[in-house]
Amino acid sequence: MVTITRKIEFSASHLYHNDAFSAEENRRVFGKCNNPHGHGHNYTLEVTIAGTPDPTTGMVLDLVELKELLEREVMQRMDHRFLNHEVEELKGMIPTCENIAAVIWKLLAPKIRQGKLHRVRLYESPDLFVDCSESAWGEAMA
Amino acid sequence: MMNVTLTRRYSFAASHRLHSAQLSEAENQRLYGKCNNPYGHGHNYVVEVTLAGPVDPATGMIANLAELDAYVQKNVLEDFDHRYMNEEVPVFAKQVPTTENLCIEIFNRLRSFPGARLARVRIEETARNSFEYSGDGAGGAKR
Repeated sequence: MVTITRKIEFSASHLYHNDAFSAEENRRVFGKCNNPHGHGHNYTLEVTIAGTPDPTTGMVLDLVELKELLEREVMQRMDHRFLNHEVEELKGMIPTCENIAAVIWKLLAPKIRQGKLHRVRLYESPDLFVDCSESAWGEAMA
Repeated sequence: MMNVTLTRRYSFAASHRLHSAQLSEAENQRLYGKCNNPYGHGHNYVVEVTLAGPVDPATGMIANLAELDAYVQKNVLEDFDHRYMNEEVPVFAKQVPTTENLCIEIFNRLRSFPGARLARVRIEETARNSFEYSGDGAGGAKR
C-alpha cells in the first residue's frame, strides 16, 4: 500500500455555543471560543489516500482529480466562511476541529474513485490537530 | 467506521546526560558519545499528546483543551521545564533519560487524564529525532 497526501489551507471563522447550556455554562465550557461574534483560524487540511499505484499510470489516483475534489467539497464550502452559519453540514453541531474534520471525512470518503480515504488531518493551529481515520486508535463516531 | 483523535503540541526545555550505571566509563563513552559528556546538555523538547474519541455531542469535543492544558502543565511541564532531568525528575535517578524513557514516563503521567483516553505520546527531541509511545497495549486509562 502507498499513501499520497495533499495539503490545502482555508480560512474561516466560528464560535462555540450550545443553546442547551446557560450563558454561564457556555462561558465555562468554551471560554473565549464562546465570544459572541466568533473568531477565525487559518486551517490546514491534509488528506491522505491509500492505494496501489496503477501499473499504467504509476499513480494511486489522479492528483488533479483530488485537487478538484478538495476545491469543490472543502474550499468552496468553507473558505472565508463563518462555519456556524454558512456550512449546511455543520448545522446543529459545534464547529470544533473534531466535528469539521469528521464532516470533511464524510464529504470526501464516498467520492474517492481510486484508492481509499486513509486519513483526514485538520490543523486549527500548528499546535492543535485532529485526525480522522479507520485505523486502530480512537472510538467509533456515529 | 470512523475514529477521531485530537493532538495537542507542547514544548519544554530541559537538560539530560545519557549514562548507564551498569556500564563502564569506556562503554558509556562509546555507546552514548557526546551525550555522555559529564555535565549534561539540553534540548527543546516538543511533546505531542494524542487523545482518542468519542466526541461529546454537547460540546463537539473529545476533551476540553483548557482541562488538558492544565493537566499537562501540572503533571509534566512544571516538573520538566528548565530542569536537569537526571537530578530533578525522580524516575531518572535510576533510568537513563533517553527520549524513549521520557515518552514512557510522560505517557504514564498523563494516562489518568480524566477527560479522554490517552492514545499516544510523541516527543521530538530535535527536529530530526522523534519517539512515540502508545502504552503497553491497554491504551491508557479508560474514560
